[in-house]
Amino acid sequence: MAIGTAAARGTLRVRLPRRVSENLLAYGFMAAGIACFALFSWYPLVRGVLLSFQQVNFVTAPSWVGLANFRALVGDPMFWTAWRNTLYFTGLALLLGYAVPFAVAVLLNELRHLKGFFRVAVYLPVMLPPIVTVLLWQYFYDPGNGLFNTILRGVHLPTSQWTQSSSTAMLSLVLVSTWANMGSATLIYLAGLQSIPSELYEAAEVEGASVWQRLRHVTIPHSRFVLLVMLLVQVVATMQVFIEPFQLTGTTNPDTVTIMVLIYRYAFTVNHDFGLAAATSVLLFVVLGAFSAIYLRLTRGRD
Amino acid sequence: MAEITPYLADFPAVGQIKPDLMKVFSGPDGKVYGLPWTNYSMGLLYNRKLFAKAGLDPDNPPTTWDGVRGAARKIAALGGGTVGYGDYSKSNTGGWHFTAELYSLGGQIAVKDGDAWKAAFNDDKGRQVLQQLKDMRWADNSMGSRQLLEWSDLLQMMGSGKLGMYVATSDNIPTIVNQYKGDPTAYGLGPMPGGAGVPQGTLAGGDGFMFNAKASPEKIRAGLRWLTFKFTNPDRIATDDQWSAANKRPVGLPEPNIWTGDAATKLTEAHSQYTNLPRQNYQPFVNGNASIPLRLEPPVAQQLYAVLDVAMQKVLTDRNADPGQLLDAAAKQADSILATAT
Repeated sequence: MAIGTAAARGTLRVRLPRRVSENLLAYGFMAAGIACFALFSWYPLVRGVLLSFQQVNFVTAPSWVGLANFRALVGDPMFWTAWRNTLYFTGLALLLGYAVPFAVAVLLNELRHLKGFFRVAVYLPVMLPPIVTVLLWQYFYDPGNGLFNTILRGVHLPTSQWTQSSSTAMLSLVLVSTWANMGSATLIYLAGLQSIPSELYEAAEVEGASVWQRLRHVTIPHSRFVLLVMLLVQVVATMQVFIEPFQLTGTTNPDTVTIMVLIYRYAFTVNHDFGLAAATSVLLFVVLGAFSAIYLRLTRGRD
Repeated sequence: MAEITPYLADFPAVGQIKPDLMKVFSGPDGKVYGLPWTNYSMGLLYNRKLFAKAGLDPDNPPTTWDGVRGAARKIAALGGGTVGYGDYSKSNTGGWHFTAELYSLGGQIAVKDGDAWKAAFNDDKGRQVLQQLKDMRWADNSMGSRQLLEWSDLLQMMGSGKLGMYVATSDNIPTIVNQYKGDPTAYGLGPMPGGAGVPQGTLAGGDGFMFNAKASPEKIRAGLRWLTFKFTNPDRIATDDQWSAANKRPVGLPEPNIWTGDAATKLTEAHSQYTNLPRQNYQPFVNGNASIPLRLEPPVAQQLYAVLDVAMQKVLTDRNADPGQLLDAAAKQADSILATAT
């Protein structure tokens, strides 16, 4: 017994450095990664939370203000407007950005010819830098000489003010966002659809099921998981919408100020109050964190 | 910051700086805290070629808002997507131009009520600013249908030769020419328009230098010696102009010009010797703006501009917008911002 432990200790003493030395290179590579994460991800995260409890302008020394930033937020009518706008955008973006890619994926899945071409065509907008997409649509939406109104006038249909009218501004932003982002979602749905066994469709056809019945009873039930995951991913992504309102309608437009735009306003253009911006970010983080937690739980259960 | 009044007697150049600008760097008791270096004031930037085409006199730009409205209508009537008068309404630039236009009618953005500031733009003058924009946008259709414009948009439109007029500082001209490939001979600059028979003002700004409160007298004296050599120095105007001309930088804009007396003469001489711009096109501004009092930005300017942006947006994008209602709503928000600002 005593001899055994001594022997074990002896081998351990020899083995430990070897185990370290064997993995030294791996630890080295990992250290670089960890340092990057720590510096650019975790440190800013912690600092952001700290900032939200401070009065800070990066010129004079910061001071702790407790919950004052959060109280100021709740008292700012723009804060509530921004949440309303964000939820409105998310709602519209889900209606369009969620249903359209799925419908497109079903269509692409049914295609017999030119499959590759249409898949590339659907994915192309994703490859454009977002600001290029938005500037392109800015030209489409121009109420005077823009593409959309020119076409509408050409076929004698009523034109729209698009981003310039309270009633259509948000919808216009959602259209841009949907067009720009649907490529990735479509591909994921398409992959989901192609994993559905074809025997099911054959059986349904033999039973005389219509296209709609096949969709309702085969496609949708079998895509339920990917649909749910994409729903959560899209909620998290669309709630962070920034570049569309920032470029198309501006940071001061109350019709389209979203939470991200508000954070930008607080920090950089209007208030120069980084504490207030950090507090808003923390609140957004909590909300998105809740959605992410559901997402993680769902996907983990699946594995 | 440190008071520098006692040292100024040793630096004669300071005596030639425009008193209006010295006032910006002085307390109400006349104590001086800094030296101006550059200055800008708003005027009316216009396309002389479109003026001529529309039957307007390019050497006599409108000096009242009624005149601007009439000229805008004639320019827009040229067709082909020509816009008579352009204005901003996005990302704080709308509130900024509202302020300039309100000042031009003698109005105020905020006034001091005891120790606290209060919004003052929701009066007849504020409503007039929005109403004249609304009339030009909807009744005359002389402002184009594309709105929600921000800083670079009007410069770009001016560069493309499709815009008749907008309110700007003279430094817009080289940007329009260099960045947006505008025709350097096409642009004229007039004084800030105003209302007939009301005391006007023009939004002005600039740069200057101030001293740390902890600086010793020797440091302040050395600093002033350096400033009056390198920056605020009338004897350098000619060499600076020569250098700028040799390096193809614009020479001959009416501003910055912080000088009076001998120094001002030196500047005029240097500009006329080295100019690479059609200086006669800016003469209406030089003649007109000299008599318009300079007005500075309001306190917490960017926050107030963000609030006023909304009023500009609505007036330019909604034909049923109510200027009075918009300004009352904006004033309520502005008051709460001013109350929390120190």
